[in-house]
Amino acid sequence: MRHLNKALLTTSLLAALVLTAQTSVPEIPFTSSPDLLKFPEAIPLGEAAGVATNSSGNVFVYTRTGHPTISIGTARPFAHGGSRLVEFDRMGTFVREIGKDSYGFMDAQQVRVDPQNNIWTVDQMTSMVIEFDPNGRVQLLLGRKAEAERVPAAPLTPAAGGRGGGLPGAGAQSDLFNRPTDVAWDSAGNIYVADGLGNARIAKFDKNGKFIRTWGSRGTANGQFSTVQGIAIDAKGNVYAADPGNKRIQVFDGDGNYKTQISDVGAPAALCISPGAHQYLYSSNSNPINDIDSGGEIYRLELDGKVLGKFGKAGKLPKEFGTVNAIDCRGNNELYVGELGNWRVQKIELRTN
Amino acid sequence: MCKFYPALTLALASILATPAAFAQKAKAQNVPEIPYDSVPNFLKMPPNLYLGESMGVATNSKGHIFVYTRSATTRLFEFDQLGNYVREIGSGNYGFEFAHSVRVDPQDNIWVVDEGSNTVIKFNPAGRVTMVLGHRPEVVAGAVATTNATVPPAEKYTFSRPTDVAWDPQGNIFISDGYGNNRVVKYDKNGRFLKQIGSEKPGNGKDQFNLPHAIAVDAKGNVYVADRSNHRMQVLDNDLAPKAVYDNIGDSWTVCVSPGPHQYLFTSNSNPNGNAPGTWDTTGEIYKMELDGTIIGKFGHAGKRLGGFQVAHMLDCRNPNEILVAEIESWRVQKLILRPLISAPGAVK
Repeated sequence: MRHLNKALLTTSLLAALVLTAQTSVPEIPFTSSPDLLKFPEAIPLGEAAGVATNSSGNVFVYTRTGHPTISIGTARPFAHGGSRLVEFDRMGTFVREIGKDSYGFMDAQQVRVDPQNNIWTVDQMTSMVIEFDPNGRVQLLLGRKAEAERVPAAPLTPAAGGRGGGLPGAGAQSDLFNRPTDVAWDSAGNIYVADGLGNARIAKFDKNGKFIRTWGSRGTANGQFSTVQGIAIDAKGNVYAADPGNKRIQVFDGDGNYKTQISDVGAPAALCISPGAHQYLYSSNSNPINDIDSGGEIYRLELDGKVLGKFGKAGKLPKEFGTVNAIDCRGNNELYVGELGNWRVQKIELRTN
Repeated sequence: MCKFYPALTLALASILATPAAFAQKAKAQNVPEIPYDSVPNFLKMPPNLYLGESMGVATNSKGHIFVYTRSATTRLFEFDQLGNYVREIGSGNYGFEFAHSVRVDPQDNIWVVDEGSNTVIKFNPAGRVTMVLGHRPEVVAGAVATTNATVPPAEKYTFSRPTDVAWDPQGNIFISDGYGNNRVVKYDKNGRFLKQIGSEKPGNGKDQFNLPHAIAVDAKGNVYVADRSNHRMQVLDNDLAPKAVYDNIGDSWTVCVSPGPHQYLFTSNSNPNGNAPGTWDTTGEIYKMELDGTIIGKFGHAGKRLGGFQVAHMLDCRNPNEILVAEIESWRVQKLILRPLISAPGAVK
């Protein structure tokens, strides 16, 4: 877009991430249902960090809502609460809440549903990935919530060694995360965690949660990440990682070997790969939470990186997006888009040929 | 978290991954494997109620099960002997901040140890508070800053992140204290201070501890202390004088002594928090021992699926053939049915 120079001049890291897409990409016509999901009064939707569907079309939303709290007058300051996981049917009718008052729910980041309809949440503040079975029972836990909070809080920037600091951006050889962002699986059931903001790596576990390997560190070279904001895996087991600061999607094999990158879709944040014989890749060029004057569009691509089209832009109206954090594309032309800025889930229908 | 220096732990616990290098492979070799089955989904939670980190588990004389757990807030739940949910105890209690242990005394009183509020709370069987040991830091002081300050000298009636409680046959109370202090304190049955061993300072001498993490007392009044970061269990007599050290069982995370005429001792070499690939292979097993330290056998292994343990934190061994295991990182309590030994000593691993 035309704000390239302005964006590069700003000192704000987030603003610098905003992209600047090519003008030649065709616009995909689409419609939006911004009020499909009917939240009960007792569960107010906040930032819609994660949205995903299961095989029956039920919709799961992991939202930042309520009151994140720190206890005083204790041996150490303990943090509690702040996010909830809610299920709706395909008509948007409320079904139930899952994981109420969970120890692992504080700062919702993502929700995904695996092929067996297990529901997986990713939480940035507890740094936990939780697998719930379809009945809502906890099946597997990855990572661990820090026992106590640091007071005063550490800065969020990785360089300052704070909550975003991690162990030199690489996450070391540990199965603990530092602000993870996303989770995905290959066809063998191996689990890949994008870890993410505090660390800059991808951690791989087998289907039983046994830690196998980790790859990536902070940087700009191939195989390095600014951050890993999202992750998706295709039917062949290739791993697509959104690396917004480096304005690219990196593609790896399942062992973490770098294969290629896709670099003309802005600052990729939320990723989704559709199922079926012909898979498509969706990637959002999410606008910074404090700026709706640039970016915001979502791209539709072939797995080889060919851009098929884009739709939407940053803004607050229906059919506009406020910092997209999640895309569900199980329906291919029928998407659910979760927004941080607009506290909203839009159901999108693309009119593609 | 694995503990090295208390102040450093306080400062960094929330931001650093703990190096797995602190995990200790047990020196004991050729220990027979005790076969066992894990009862699936033993505890039945009502809708919208979940266990978080399962820190404490204990049974009373009727077989009812008490679980002290870290969910969004710390809570205490009771289940019947079949695992059916009975009730919540102490909802909103002033001392429920960061669960660490629950134990049931011979009179079926329920005791919780909370390392967040620095209190040990005794509930009678009806669920009413009947005694409080320790004191929650003044709320008016505000949030406690994370600093490198050293732990102040241990006081008679103030704990620093206490970990566990036990009683001798006379009703005297023994408390392991804990992450901040490094001591064992003995009180009489009315909560009056009698004696302590250790101090606020960690150490590896005979009368010192480095993270006394759990405690149990046998029928003769001997005291068993899981001295976790010293990679050993210490045995004390009833006056807290050191008697023996068992140091071939890895990191002793928890300890349980079964009742009855022939008492057994159980301890867990739990796999710690923060693992590199491969570390599941060296820790995670639970040992069954004679009181004199002779190892009878071991069971279990690190793992997240049923039958494996992901940081076992507490055991209930009221029935030495049916063990309840509370795990930190799998948010569950497993009921294990132990079967007879299949291999003679010296046969396998």
